[in-house]
Amino acid sequence: MRLLKGRFLHLYTLVLVGWLILPITVMIAFGFNDTTSKQNFVWEGFTVKWYAQLFDKEDLTQALVNSLLIALLSTVITTVIGTMAGLALGRFRFKGQGVSNLVLFAAISTPELVMGSSLLAMFVQFNTPRGFVTILLAHVMFSIAFVAVTVRARVVGLDPSLEEAAADLGASGWTTFRLVTLPMIMPGVMAGAMLAFALSVDDFVITNFTSGSTVTFPLWVWSSTRTGTPPQVNVMGTLIFAVGVLVALYNLVAARRRRTT
Amino acid sequence: MRRRLTPYLLILPGGLWLTVFFAVPIIMMLSFSLMEGNLIDGFAFTFHWQNYTEGLSTYGDKFARSLWYGLLATAACIALAYPAAYWIAFKAGRNKSTYLFLMLLPFFVSFILRTVSWKFVLADNGIVLGTLKDWGLLAQDFHVLGTTFAVICGLTYNFLPFMVLPIYVALEKIDHRLLEAAQDLYASRVQTFLRVVLPLSLPGVFAGVVMTFIPISADYVNADVLGGSGNVMIGNVIYLEYFNNSDYPMASALSFTLMGALLVGIFLYARLLGTKDVLEAAGR
Repeated sequence: MRLLKGRFLHLYTLVLVGWLILPITVMIAFGFNDTTSKQNFVWEGFTVKWYAQLFDKEDLTQALVNSLLIALLSTVITTVIGTMAGLALGRFRFKGQGVSNLVLFAAISTPELVMGSSLLAMFVQFNTPRGFVTILLAHVMFSIAFVAVTVRARVVGLDPSLEEAAADLGASGWTTFRLVTLPMIMPGVMAGAMLAFALSVDDFVITNFTSGSTVTFPLWVWSSTRTGTPPQVNVMGTLIFAVGVLVALYNLVAARRRRTT
Repeated sequence: MRRRLTPYLLILPGGLWLTVFFAVPIIMMLSFSLMEGNLIDGFAFTFHWQNYTEGLSTYGDKFARSLWYGLLATAACIALAYPAAYWIAFKAGRNKSTYLFLMLLPFFVSFILRTVSWKFVLADNGIVLGTLKDWGLLAQDFHVLGTTFAVICGLTYNFLPFMVLPIYVALEKIDHRLLEAAQDLYASRVQTFLRVVLPLSLPGVFAGVVMTFIPISADYVNADVLGGSGNVMIGNVIYLEYFNNSDYPMASALSFTLMGALLVGIFLYARLLGTKDVLEAAGR
């Protein structure tokens, strides 16, 4: 009976994983579909030609470039600002800390629809033209809280006596930060940066409200659902998936190595 | 003296950014919802709550449907996530991180693309239904797309990992000696689960509910891609009011109502369960 229960739950977990990766498998498979119609969901044979013709659809390529560029810029800005906030919250006790934490919680838990629509309401009232810049501003806004929380978790676990030791040895505040604090919180900062990048590349709802006529990869995919999604989209999705998985696996292996040495 | 200023200087840029692009827009949206007018003639303050009363009476059923779908999909998430999280936390042994990683794989595919892929899977003549129809197991006119089932399926799928993680973290923290103690006191396996494991894992479930119910209730992508005219959620209504009707005041009122309803909901929920648990779990 006990064996059965353990086995059953194991099998169940595997089935659930299967369900979770079913659409991903379908997405990858249909990137190899030799489709002739606009609607790419009937299997017509295996081909790799879409990989060769990946950048044939110019507006789709432009959308992907926009997405990656916004994600890159957003990640750089957010990582700096978010790390600063995370340091302040994890290391110091100050007035207004409770409010700051509450704001972070609100920024994480407010639905994207509300964030996006309120940004649109503001841009309309101020007659701000929507486009690349407004998307970037919005992406930084919703990523800050995630980075700050990630860094804060790392900072809280640090031993403050190391920084005090550096100060005792005559290091200035900036030198202490550069040579002691920053290397110690680096894993948290990197995790936050990767999270910010992933959130930005993937964001649909807030981008949808703040984009104006600028198109990002998710927006392009969304608009293609009406007419038929071309296989190039599957290929791009597959490549993004592959890169993401490789980066994550590399981090897992690196973390394991750190633990064993 | 400088030491005292440091935290404020550190938090200033992030605080300013969140004030200007998170807090101010919500206040602007509130002011917008108290206006009347259109894009051509401009908008003017009326300071009436009529957008709210009108919105609620016109779209009350859509609000109700969103909350109902939110409850259904959240319940489905708990039911699907708990057994798997339990097995990974207690039985997976050395493969824990591998299984967790597998659970998080959907996050490496763009949210919109995942939803569109479900459309592929569930398409009338797609892989699953097409095959079953070819084998004569289903009627030719049987379809899943455009039904409530398809929307709930998509919602559950998209937000399931947000439920698995907090439950797993809560189960992982349970001291195994407690389980041994329960066994030593002659508790059966079922009693051990019900009296020790389940109560200790509840904070994880509560956090999971916050992390899934809110985005699910406000979602409009799944209903749009997988649903039909009978599955319109409040998110879809708000989207259309902004972009198709350009009725910004009404759209703002609806959006603000949604936020208010969810905030009140979370607040009551947190009060009921103890704020600390929910905040702590959400802060992770």
